Amino acid sequence: MAAHARIGFVLLLMPILLWLVLLIIIPHVDMLLISLRERVGVGEYRTSLANYVTIATEPLYMRTFMRTAVMSVLATLITLLIAFPVSYYIAKMARGRVRSVLFLLCLIPFWVSELVRTFGWMILLRETGVISQFLQWAGLVSGPVEMLYNDAAIMVGLVYTSMLFMVVPLVTTLDSLDDSVIEAGYDLGGSGWSVMREIVIPHAVPGIVSGCIVVFMLSLGNYLTPTMLGGKDSLWFTEMIYSQFIVRFNWELGAAFGFMLLFASSVIVWGMLRLTGQTLERTMG
Amino acid sequence: MIPDLECTGLTRRFGETLAVDDVSFSVPAGSFFSILGPSGCGKTTIMRMIAGFLEPTSGDIAIKGRSVLDVAPNKRPVNMVFQHLALFPMMNIEANIGYGLRRAGMSKGDIARKVDEVLDRIGLPGIGKRKVDELSGGQKQRVAIARCMVLEPDVLLLDEPLGALDLKLRERMKIELKSLQAAFDTTFVYITHDQSEALVMSDHIAVMNNGRFEQVGAGQDLYYRPETAFVAGFVGDSNRWRGTVERVAGDAVELRTETGLTMRAAAKGQAANGGAVDIFVRPEAIRLAREPGDLAGFDNRLSGTVGSLLFNGAASRIIVESGEAGGEIEVTLPQSGEFADLKRGAPVHVGWSAAQANCFAANGG
Amino acid sequence: MIPTIPSPRALNLIWTGYVALFFVYLTLPLAVVAVFAFNDSQFPSLPWEGFTLDWFFGDAAPKIGVFHERSILGAIGTSALVGVCVATLSVAVGTSNAFLFNRYKFRGRGLLYVLMLLPLVVPGIVLGISILVFSSTVANELWDAAQIDAELLRPGLVLVVLGQFSFITTIATLVISARLQKFDTTLEEAALNLGANRLTAVRTVTVPFLMPAIVGAAVVAFLMSFENFNTTLMLVGSDAPLTIEMFDRLKEGSTPLLNAVSLLLMLGSSLLALILIAFQRRS
Repeated sequence: MAAHARIGFVLLLMPILLWLVLLIIIPHVDMLLISLRERVGVGEYRTSLANYVTIATEPLYMRTFMRTAVMSVLATLITLLIAFPVSYYIAKMARGRVRSVLFLLCLIPFWVSELVRTFGWMILLRETGVISQFLQWAGLVSGPVEMLYNDAAIMVGLVYTSMLFMVVPLVTTLDSLDDSVIEAGYDLGGSGWSVMREIVIPHAVPGIVSGCIVVFMLSLGNYLTPTMLGGKDSLWFTEMIYSQFIVRFNWELGAAFGFMLLFASSVIVWGMLRLTGQTLERTMG
Repeated sequence: MIPDLECTGLTRRFGETLAVDDVSFSVPAGSFFSILGPSGCGKTTIMRMIAGFLEPTSGDIAIKGRSVLDVAPNKRPVNMVFQHLALFPMMNIEANIGYGLRRAGMSKGDIARKVDEVLDRIGLPGIGKRKVDELSGGQKQRVAIARCMVLEPDVLLLDEPLGALDLKLRERMKIELKSLQAAFDTTFVYITHDQSEALVMSDHIAVMNNGRFEQVGAGQDLYYRPETAFVAGFVGDSNRWRGTVERVAGDAVELRTETGLTMRAAAKGQAANGGAVDIFVRPEAIRLAREPGDLAGFDNRLSGTVGSLLFNGAASRIIVESGEAGGEIEVTLPQSGEFADLKRGAPVHVGWSAAQANCFAANGG
Repeated sequence: MIPTIPSPRALNLIWTGYVALFFVYLTLPLAVVAVFAFNDSQFPSLPWEGFTLDWFFGDAAPKIGVFHERSILGAIGTSALVGVCVATLSVAVGTSNAFLFNRYKFRGRGLLYVLMLLPLVVPGIVLGISILVFSSTVANELWDAAQIDAELLRPGLVLVVLGQFSFITTIATLVISARLQKFDTTLEEAALNLGANRLTAVRTVTVPFLMPAIVGAAVVAFLMSFENFNTTLMLVGSDAPLTIEMFDRLKEGSTPLLNAVSLLLMLGSSLLALILIAFQRRS
């Protein structure tokens, strides 16, 4: 490399290294170290696995952890199932103006804060809410119905919040499938279902994977939706992190929680990439 | 004998525009039929109607004597090689070729056998496990054809499949396609805008323009005996003039071009006194000479100078600048050596017979 | 399946109906939020008590409108400040990253690229606590070692900016990289050939080409910062940005004031989106 290119290279390397090292790598290492600390007296600590032992032996923690993971997987699957036909419609069936309008409509929730979206669902679902009133007005129920503060409400909120992150990658990959490839499938005798199964879905795998990864991540790390729609006893892992850090001020245990969350999400993301033969660069970049 | 494919009165509108206008033709079994035309002439529309991806506005398509209008594309006994081949990138070669057989419900063992067989036939044995993007352009081409041929279709449609290839490969694939067609003994319907592809491979060619067939015939017919001005201009190169008829004597006419040249020509179709005509003379139909006396036998003679030499091996030409012609005339340079020392600016004489000058009544544009 | 392939009418109808239903689902929550901003009632719910603009302009209790509610206005200001800082920082670093990955081949490039993507797959709340933990560690060390009270490293706006910056930069990098990849480097060579030096060539040819992506990344970064909740929640000090302020109020029970704020937020974002689209059309 010539001298001036070398200077340019170093100058460009500095910001990214500062960013990644100071804000990502060291903080996470520090968090790991803190999580491995056990308080033995005032201002006295020693290194041990005590926090992790606590998590493993306390049924509430483990249950919450598993519940969060399972619900997130479920939310991801539901989002995929709902989003796929819509994405296919936008990418392959709609044409011209309709198509771009529909795609823009899908982006709308992104432009609105998650807080506003959740607030909207609260207005719809609560006992005095719009849906309850509508059902009473229609004579389908005799008294107010509380649809808030249960797992179904959490699921509705999670799916709603994540929808965009599934639709966009799906539309993008489906769009890149040439119409003639689908036509070729028909021309060679394929039916709607077999073309879908053997051609469209395999082609969409990168989009499905990146959509699922993002949706899973967002659900697992979501705090607002379970808290607001699930109520006090929603038992979401992020709520436990929050309460250890902010309410109980037990940072050691909180850091251990945080690390478990990070670990769980990494394992599932990695597993999903492995299973489908994708790489992070290709699905995210 | 019943033709493999027969279209009658085939018409397709897109809103106001008439993409295909009352086209009828039939393709005899086992022949190579091409539809040749500029882009936008409606040839792709015809092909997609035959494959079933477009419904005709009116008219009928029959395959082996049976109308297929009510048959869905996945049930028609025709298969198509798409413009960009449309090989399934998510499958390997074997799965690509076996796709249609699996749809037909054939057993795994039979599929494997058939796939191997067809890979042998296209000269690519043992590539079944490879991925689509590991193949070269020519190999992909052959796989795309094999993928259709295992299904033993009555008619194979090819939508400009050579368009994406580079020139050298395209030349080779022309010959290869022709021999594949002979080997499979299947009816091929081929659409292209490249006249050389059509001329080299086809038994019959339909020249298409503005939604209509201008002329259907063997390559030689189109080249030597064009029936319309469009065919004369589209197939092969020509010197072209516009002019007015001054005298008619049977098929022979005498006319004056807009550039002021008097010429004798052969009229195709109606030519009335005073009517506007287009005249086409092929560069190779014009004889080049150093002495005017050598051209005594020709009906039309001119003198001029060599404007430029366009060297292109066997297809070399010169441009003759001539005051009499009021412009430039392209003339094929004979390769016998007598003009090897021709230089720019040298005086030359050219001549051509009336029979080689095809003249058609001009229609506006 | 696709328009060129004939398919049963019923299937097409069902499919279209499903898509229509989907968009109802998508817009319903936002629509009710907007509508109840105009309800002349203490609660954002039915029955409809009549139309009012008090939740925007009202200045007397119990109906104090957005424009007279100091804490909300303050929170909007805080959010805007944080958003501008985050957008500026992340676009600057993102542009630098895009050039680095686009122009240089070096050892560890692949690894660095994966590292650059990682913040996207780290839950926001984990990003928040890790930065909180680390900054406290540093602040404590400073105090122990030199009795310096590093106020900036305690929960507050600086940490909020850093926390949001830590993952929004990845997005800015991806947006700008995508456009830089489409850049024809021979244009830069042409500029050099015509007498520009390296830096001038980049400034006069490459940067104008990147401008739509840079503006786009800035708008997206600003919006993401404005809307961010998870990371902010862990790092916030006494000055609450709007999302946190609204969250606290929502926990207490909601009034149509929140609907009014939400509606303004939606309008603001739409305006930004329109400006962005117009800008990208033009260039």
